[in-house]
Amino acid sequence: MGQIFPRNANMLAWLSIFAGLLLAVELTLILAVYFRSNYFRQINVAIEQPVPFSHQLHNSTLGIDCRYCHVSANQSAFANIPATETCMTCHSQIATNSPRLALVRESYATGQPIEWVKVHRVPDFVYFNHSIHVNKGIGCSNCHGQVNQMPVVWQTQAFYMGWCLNCHRNPEQYVRPRDEVYNMDYVAPANQLELGAQLVREYGIMSPDQLTNCWVCHR
Amino acid sequence: MRLAALTRILRYGWVALLAALLAACHQDMYNQPKVQTYDPSSFFADGRGSRPNVPGTVAVGAAQTDEYLYTGLVDGVEGDVMPFAVSRELLERGQQQYNIWCAVCHGESGYGQSMVAQRGGIVPANFHQERLREAPIGHYFNVITNGVYRGDPANGGYQSMYSYASRINAEDRWAIAAYIRALQLSQNATLDDVPPENRASVGP
Repeated sequence: MGQIFPRNANMLAWLSIFAGLLLAVELTLILAVYFRSNYFRQINVAIEQPVPFSHQLHNSTLGIDCRYCHVSANQSAFANIPATETCMTCHSQIATNSPRLALVRESYATGQPIEWVKVHRVPDFVYFNHSIHVNKGIGCSNCHGQVNQMPVVWQTQAFYMGWCLNCHRNPEQYVRPRDEVYNMDYVAPANQLELGAQLVREYGIMSPDQLTNCWVCHR
Repeated sequence: MRLAALTRILRYGWVALLAALLAACHQDMYNQPKVQTYDPSSFFADGRGSRPNVPGTVAVGAAQTDEYLYTGLVDGVEGDVMPFAVSRELLERGQQQYNIWCAVCHGESGYGQSMVAQRGGIVPANFHQERLREAPIGHYFNVITNGVYRGDPANGGYQSMYSYASRINAEDRWAIAAYIRALQLSQNATLDDVPPENRASVGP
């Protein structure tokens, strides 16, 4: 009986070992890219909410300030979602029969909160403080994008640690004057680096050495 | 014998390694079993993680000891003095707060004209009418704190302005009241109200 495998089968065996290794590496890389992709993170995907609230209408058209509803954005570690009472402040008199607001009226009558869908989240091991960012000259649109143009909110930026660190390493590239923080259409001026460096000193923002310490965000 | 065991460990060690690698894929640190703001909780009957104040208790720092500061009333009547000194900083704070909370309906200059008013449904007061110009400053604090009723809610009336007491703290409500007064002065000022050295910079 002759040999089953021809001589060049040795080469095939070697090749398949390398191909297998390559496949394993590729799979790992593909998975890594997938889990970091905007697709997986649902970036730029509009999130449907139980009540079709439009930031575009309320902020851009009506001119309601961010802080009218997000009262604690500059006061607390957590930027609040407004209480139903805030909605009803106007909607007890405006669009009182709108079926889109049925959930709001029901919530106000029963005291049961509306279950909004969270759009921007950080992992539980990140101790993010919203107020310090706002009060040190980081604008709403720096992280959230131009929410004032969104009929339905979506996340414009994946909250990776590398992305956070980019600003913690170079705050002067992003800091704006405090009175421009809530300006959703703010465009950084041509002399941003100069202005930023001056604001970093004025607002007492920590040095990048301190800002990139683990304990700044992780406890 | 010992060598054979060692070879076996080496030969099948990768299984253990793979198992350890796969077992590391879990989300315990991402989703920790702690209640954060607005997190639901199965521990409480109503399913909410945030708890309401326990009846009969006062939160630290929330004791309202100064009656005039928190009500704007003296023996049930609206007072006409500020409970603390007015400074430029206070008026600027009042302007900032006014533009957030009040300008939405009353307009930035206080004439009751705004996008919200224009769209109908709400008729905001004009701060420059005779009745409000003569109202004591405590009136504004009282209204911001308790809101405005048109008629009796139990009898067909309704609350035309909601209370802002839970949203604006007492000091800022006073600052807004002071700023409204400044707005009223500004809209009814004459050239005589301008300090002589600044009169040249005022247009005709």
